[in-house]
Amino acid sequence: MAERSDYLAHQFVDPIQQEQSSTLGMWVFLATEVLFFGGLFAAYTVYRFQFPEVFQHASHHLSVLLGTINTGVLLTSSLTMALAIHSAQTGHRRQLMAFLIITMVLGIGFMVVKGCEYHKDYVEHLVPGHSFAFDARYMPQAQMFFVLYFLMTGLHAVHVTVGIGVIGVFLILSLKGRFTPEYHTPLEIGGLYWHFVDIVWIFLYPLLYLVGHHR
Amino acid sequence: MTSSTIVPVRVYAAVYGALMVLLLATCAADFLSLGVFNVVISLTIAVAKALLVILFFMHVRYKEHLLWVYVVAGFFWLAILIGLSLGDVLTRVH
Repeated sequence: MAERSDYLAHQFVDPIQQEQSSTLGMWVFLATEVLFFGGLFAAYTVYRFQFPEVFQHASHHLSVLLGTINTGVLLTSSLTMALAIHSAQTGHRRQLMAFLIITMVLGIGFMVVKGCEYHKDYVEHLVPGHSFAFDARYMPQAQMFFVLYFLMTGLHAVHVTVGIGVIGVFLILSLKGRFTPEYHTPLEIGGLYWHFVDIVWIFLYPLLYLVGHHR
Repeated sequence: MTSSTIVPVRVYAAVYGALMVLLLATCAADFLSLGVFNVVISLTIAVAKALLVILFFMHVRYKEHLLWVYVVAGFFWLAILIGLSLGDVLTRVH
């Protein structure tokens, strides 16, 4: 048996078993997250089947350009997160910190673009409620599209914010030299969360922005 | 299979390249008028992108089979949630 080190909790046989248990636990949590978002995706699917035309018209009020840029930003941030873990595995601490910072900046960039979009929606009276204004032919169902849009992107934005915070903690920990090629499980687990948030967006993007053709 | 598996950077680069190509493809396909195939194409591409992220960025491809069961279970339950909801809504007689 390997020598017991300070990062190996006493209930585990070896670091490999400890790492596998953490990963398994994180995926159980991610499965609950899939279903957490799943309720909204199910609601979306039901309404889209019932009002396909309305959803198409409502979707055209969103900016495909901004949505596409944000998808690119999040996909890139997933790459930099994967490279950050790669740096930890190969023992490059400065490189690890650089990739964590880039990932955070991309996450913040995503939130800034999202904020600009929300502002645009607000100005165009697309926020559901008293001031909601839309082509009378597609009312009131058009409002449902925007209820789902704000709930889904809003819940996703909360997750991105949490992810940025988690990566910030990792940055402080790597500054203290806590991650080594032998032990960097927290990075792997946090990385899973970040990639999961990316996957949610991978589905939100076509469902909200790419509904039918644009002129 | 274990934490010692280090995925080469060129694999990450190739996956990222594929993700970007898929992103441009799905965006371009949206400007074509293909009827119901628009949503089929965009969701197929989304599934392909998600699989790339799960298998390579999330290292599931390199993990033990027990983990695969857990990964699949999450999405399987999502399929039940959406499938049974639609089973109700789409078969209602008004």
